[in-house]
Amino acid sequence: MNEDQNMIVQKKNTELEPLLEVRNITKRFPGVVALNDVSLKFMPGEVHAVVGENGAGKSTLMKIIAGAYIPDSGTIYLSGENVSFSHPQEAQLQGISIIYQEFNLLPERTVAHNIFLGREPSKFGSLDIRQMNRQAKEVLKEIGVEEMISPTALASSLSVAEQQLVEIAKAISFKAKVLIMDEPTAALTYTEVKLLADLIGKLKDRGMSIIFISHRLVEVFDIAEKITVLKDGQLVNTVNKKDVKPADVVFMMVGRTLDHYYPPLGKAEDFGEVVLKIKDASNEIIKDINFELRKGEILGIAGLQGSGRTELAQALFGVMPFKSGTMELHGKAIAIKSPTKAIKNKMGFVTEDRKSEGITPRQPIRDNMLLTVRAIQSLFGPILKDGIRKSPKLVPMLGKQVDIRTDSFDREAQYLSGGNQQKVVLAKWLASDADVFIFDEPTRGIDVESKASIHDMIRELTKRGVAVLMVSSELPEIIGMSDRILVMSDRKLAGELAAKSSEQEIMLMATGHSNTNIKNTALAGKE
Amino acid sequence: MTTATVSGNEFRKTLRSIHIPPVYFFLILVFIAGGLLDQFFADGQIFKNQAIMLNIAVRSVALGIVAVGQSLVIIGAGIDLSVAYTISITAVMSSYIMQGKTENVPLAILGVFAIGALIGLVNGLTVTKLHVNPFIATLGTSLIIKGIINATFSNYTGSVPESFQYFGYGTIGPVPVSIIILLLVVLGGWFLLARTKFGSHLYGVGGNAEVARLSGVRTDRVLIGAYVICSMTAVLAGLFLVSQMQSGAPWVGPNGVYDLNSIATTVIGGTALSGGKGGVWGTLGGVLIFGVLETVFNQLGVNPYLKTVLQGAIIVLAVASYTIRSKKEAA
Repeated sequence: MNEDQNMIVQKKNTELEPLLEVRNITKRFPGVVALNDVSLKFMPGEVHAVVGENGAGKSTLMKIIAGAYIPDSGTIYLSGENVSFSHPQEAQLQGISIIYQEFNLLPERTVAHNIFLGREPSKFGSLDIRQMNRQAKEVLKEIGVEEMISPTALASSLSVAEQQLVEIAKAISFKAKVLIMDEPTAALTYTEVKLLADLIGKLKDRGMSIIFISHRLVEVFDIAEKITVLKDGQLVNTVNKKDVKPADVVFMMVGRTLDHYYPPLGKAEDFGEVVLKIKDASNEIIKDINFELRKGEILGIAGLQGSGRTELAQALFGVMPFKSGTMELHGKAIAIKSPTKAIKNKMGFVTEDRKSEGITPRQPIRDNMLLTVRAIQSLFGPILKDGIRKSPKLVPMLGKQVDIRTDSFDREAQYLSGGNQQKVVLAKWLASDADVFIFDEPTRGIDVESKASIHDMIRELTKRGVAVLMVSSELPEIIGMSDRILVMSDRKLAGELAAKSSEQEIMLMATGHSNTNIKNTALAGKE
Repeated sequence: MTTATVSGNEFRKTLRSIHIPPVYFFLILVFIAGGLLDQFFADGQIFKNQAIMLNIAVRSVALGIVAVGQSLVIIGAGIDLSVAYTISITAVMSSYIMQGKTENVPLAILGVFAIGALIGLVNGLTVTKLHVNPFIATLGTSLIIKGIINATFSNYTGSVPESFQYFGYGTIGPVPVSIIILLLVVLGGWFLLARTKFGSHLYGVGGNAEVARLSGVRTDRVLIGAYVICSMTAVLAGLFLVSQMQSGAPWVGPNGVYDLNSIATTVIGGTALSGGKGGVWGTLGGVLIFGVLETVFNQLGVNPYLKTVLQGAIIVLAVASYTIRSKKEAA
């Protein structure tokens, strides 16, 4: 059986007939050309990675292939036949399945309902729920998570990683010929990424064509055979993985090399007095938190998904305040019970979830930037267009400082790319003149170039005497940026590591000193 | 382990698997409170009287029917403000066509359902194709119908034949026909939501329309369907009311506040106004709460405004309790 399939795969490969081909695709949005004359071939039994900065046109291309967008011009061929889709359903019926970057589950519905939304099995005109649950179980088993996720569980009861796995199950259940994965690993831990890599291998052997989009080049090099680079809506090149090194790909994406990726770490003389001191602090979720944060340093917080690292950031900023223990800010005891109090005490919080916590998408960029300064302004003070009374030209100044690429600050924030949105969030906190900054996944899901400039800005902040606490799930980022590293495990602080500790050391601590898990991290540990 | 505890556990397990909407807890509270008031002020005459108890149900019929339709629309993240005037136009048009003659009944019923379908279609198309906010779209439809009715009818119009009054007053054994119809409508609503693709897709559209679309759901069709069904339930409620009143009056819909009350009872029943969550059983509980209040207060002869105050308080309390519950679950 397996051999037969391999034979078929080989036969197809030798004939070199692409399973999916796009020719001369162009797509314009108001003000930008998202894709300009892009032509690509995707072979059966092959993992083809598409990389590029945000705004390079990857997601637009994927949405066109999946029928969610209609291209302005250009053609799509599936198994040699010209096809065109006016609704995602049509693409699905032709065997094209996609896992989107944003989470796409209905929180109030069960796993099975989510997996089969739009094509629920039915009998005599009524839903066959038993059949649906059984099929859902089979699909979950196929990706090896049937023990972990029940078909009848509500999606809202699952962790972020489990939700991502349900999305993968959903995509696979289409019995697709072409599977598109748009940033499937952003929310996954190392073990789960490994699981996904195995799964992709299996699907590939069945002759499926897999299109893989990721910002993590390590994964791209681990999983893909071919790599296509897009930049500004144009095709730069398609290369075989074995012919290139990650640095070459980064160079194609941004025109510079990896070495300049992280700014230099702080020196001992840069660090000043203790700004923030937490002692024996606990809340409903995290327990026994003890640490000190110094002026001018970046303190990295590492840990696995669910270890409590995000909750720590939220507790410090008063989103989910500490219930016990003491907190000292500039040597004075203080209880931060709400974000407003945190802002008044010159703390800033740049969140992981831009859409729901960082920006107000339908307001103009300028109002987003001024949100924090206006929040602490008196209620009836005059509203200036570009700033506040003390500094009336704040908006253009901030815009320049964080390097936002836009034609006008009147544009609604929702129309910016992810990287530029994150810069707006940063600008908002810069405006508040905070001296303690908390970053929660400051560069999650944004492009390499924006990433580098945000890293530069964070380091720049410390030179002004700001103390930075940075939560991140990306170990290279933790290692590249942190002057000290705290590791969380099981909702507690597991310990502290010095700057430039290795990924292995961090993982040892994060997994509670077990050696077995280290092997699973091999995938992420190459960089 | 004794058998008693086993069966006790079993019982609890089944209870949990049935998922009784929490609104029934409120219903019981309101019922107890009503019973106490009855004891103190009317020597228990109200709750002892079977006819009055039955009356609670009958009074709930019109609101119950249209609230089922409203629940569907709200689960789809919409809202329908045109149901009150849809009820009115049904009442006047059906009684106008019937003119007291049994042979005109089929034509009248067909006619008003056609009008209802048209109203629902206009609502659905305005919301999905013209992208008008559902609040505004259905408010517009509502005003249009109101204008048409007011320009055409100013008082009771026509009459319904005795045969048609069977709907409002008939019984099968001891059970009023109208209650059976209400239960059928609720069952139908439940079946649609829980056991059909349409229902599953409606939850999807209400929960997140883009997710549903990207999953291959034809979101526009689903929503239009919900608006049409909602208008149909308003028509059915209108037919029930006219069969009781024997002649159609243009004020029957707005006087019963069927638009806001159907929304209120849906929300009390646990359906989220933001869509994607809820069901018709909860709505039925909300409707019965309103029915109990109505009956108790009418029988006691208390100032009716106090009833409105209580209704308002219950809406707020119920919704607040759901929000607090779901926050706890999230934490």
